[in-house]
Amino acid sequence: MEVLELLLAGFAEAATPQNLFMMAIGCIIGLFVGAMPGLGSVNGVAILLPVTFLVPPNAAIIFLAAVYYGAMYGGAISSVMLGIPGASTAVATVFDGRPLAMKGQADYALVAAATGSFIGGTISVILFTLFAPPLAEFALKFGPAEEFALMMLAFATFVGLGGDDIPKTLFSICIGLVLAAVGLDEISGQPRLIFFDLTGFYHGINFLVLAIGIYGIGEMLWTLEITRGEVQVSHAAFGVKRIIDAFKKLKGSVVTIVSCSFLGYFVGILPAAGATPASLMAYGMAKSLSNEPEEFGKGRLSGVAAPETANNAASTGSMLPMLTLGIPGSPTTAILLGGMIIWGLRPGPLLFENHPDFVWGLIGSLYLANLFTVIINIAFIPVFVAVLRLPFTILAPIIFVLCIVGGYAPTQDMHDVWLILLFGVVGYLMRKLDYPVAPAVLAIVLGPLAERALRQTLVAERGDVMVFIERPLSAIFLVLAVILTVVPIVKMAKIKARRRREAEASNDS
Amino acid sequence: MTVRTAELLMAIIMGVFSVYLMWKSAELEIGWVPGEGPGGGAWPFWLSAGMLICCVATLIRWFARVTPQSRSTELFMDGKTWQIFAITTGSLAVALGLVHVIGMYFALLAFLLFYLRVVGSHSWKVTLPLSVILPITTFFFFEGLLKIILPKGYSEPLFIPLYRFIY
Repeated sequence: MEVLELLLAGFAEAATPQNLFMMAIGCIIGLFVGAMPGLGSVNGVAILLPVTFLVPPNAAIIFLAAVYYGAMYGGAISSVMLGIPGASTAVATVFDGRPLAMKGQADYALVAAATGSFIGGTISVILFTLFAPPLAEFALKFGPAEEFALMMLAFATFVGLGGDDIPKTLFSICIGLVLAAVGLDEISGQPRLIFFDLTGFYHGINFLVLAIGIYGIGEMLWTLEITRGEVQVSHAAFGVKRIIDAFKKLKGSVVTIVSCSFLGYFVGILPAAGATPASLMAYGMAKSLSNEPEEFGKGRLSGVAAPETANNAASTGSMLPMLTLGIPGSPTTAILLGGMIIWGLRPGPLLFENHPDFVWGLIGSLYLANLFTVIINIAFIPVFVAVLRLPFTILAPIIFVLCIVGGYAPTQDMHDVWLILLFGVVGYLMRKLDYPVAPAVLAIVLGPLAERALRQTLVAERGDVMVFIERPLSAIFLVLAVILTVVPIVKMAKIKARRRREAEASNDS
Repeated sequence: MTVRTAELLMAIIMGVFSVYLMWKSAELEIGWVPGEGPGGGAWPFWLSAGMLICCVATLIRWFARVTPQSRSTELFMDGKTWQIFAITTGSLAVALGLVHVIGMYFALLAFLLFYLRVVGSHSWKVTLPLSVILPITTFFFFEGLLKIILPKGYSEPLFIPLYRFIY
């Protein structure tokens, strides 16, 4: 009952005119920031943080949390409409969102994404409210060994769910991890993989450089090849009836969405994991739960709803360790945490006792922001769908321009923009040969975290790799990872054997 | 060039690149450093070795004609595809080169004018407004709102009156 009282007080705090205004503005800005290729929640929150010094901390955190939330919704818009994930968290949304848009069902995909995001957000905020302390305590048990094992599980999910050529998938993961290692070695501080002594490599290769290259330039080259540069008018329709149709079609995905909410929330809590692996794992789970897994990647609504549900749930989950333990669960919450320290607040268990209005005001605002964003998002669908109606020879150069300026913004170095072009061209050529490119993007995001976790574990255990098996949680993650990797290989071998038997049988007859 | 040839070439090029990465990683310690743990080069070295193994696996599958690409005798890129690919990547490369000389905004203007008018064959009514409005919007969004300064090259003096307006 105490939680309920605190929550009601939080709603009252969030519903003050100033806080409501900040929340609404934050949601709208977040939606647009998330929708822009190359700009995600982390860029939006980082860029807008200084602006919030104009208002009290309560209003500031509500505004930034709304930007975070809005950007999570917005990432799907760009994934569906342009085929370019607005942020790494929306990579998995492209897999089915883009095929749906190409079939003229962009509005269905956006409704599925918004609905999944809303349900995922709502369930995770309820979980956040009710089960914060025990779950945070559980996540505290994770050491670097468990973090590393968890990331291996995320990669294995890719091998397991990709359905692509396994050596090519593994190559994609490895090259992404190697590209993430470019720059300065975190432990020794020595320069590493500085190609041709170019100074631009000293700051490493930002994941956005690879993502914009592959999903921006590469995707445009791919689409230009398919459309032959001819005018491509989308047949996407829109109307209240279509939205109702989309809701009806989504009925079959309710179990998936609810399951992905829990998965996303749980993965989001874990430091070093977050919304990106959560969304990819959710996609894998939705595929394995489906009766028609072969339809995934061809335009399946639950393939859009699942990752979007999970990334929203994870974004709420990632706030939990930040608020209760002072450990950020994602890069965005790391910036939020930095902001709180500037505002004179010390995140951690004492925050709940000393500043309940701040904490519960934020929690209350998450409920309201979730509702507000889903309404705005669905109301704006006609605007987003209108983008597809543009001739492709108009859309493509606009996207190229967004890629160039969006690629320049994070590091403000032209070296990165040249790399974007290089990755775009190589990514396009590799894609033509069926090399999956998404695992490389996931790997470049998780690479630094995985390496740090591995090296910390090995240093602590003096090189004893058995620690990964001796620690129960790590062992469970690794066993699951092995299963996910082995199952498709076994399946492939079985299919091959069956085909051979069938061929022999037909020859005999 | 057929898809089968392209598959072979890509596997060889990526295999050579993997070896280069292994060699480059070995500039740092790739073994165990007593008291410090794995050396700084170990992680990328062994991952590059993993890349090489994957390339070898792809080559073996190419010889065995296992994958659809290793069996395909279709053209990897026909004439029209080459043309689109070359014009698009070429114009982007020229635009990026121009950024260093005339700055981001004028380079974007030139790229949009070329792409919309020449590649897209759009009318001046469509080409001109888009080519002008997009860089201007970019300027006010990045420099005005986000305070991110984009490169100006030799066009810097032209922006001084606008700086006075923004700041």
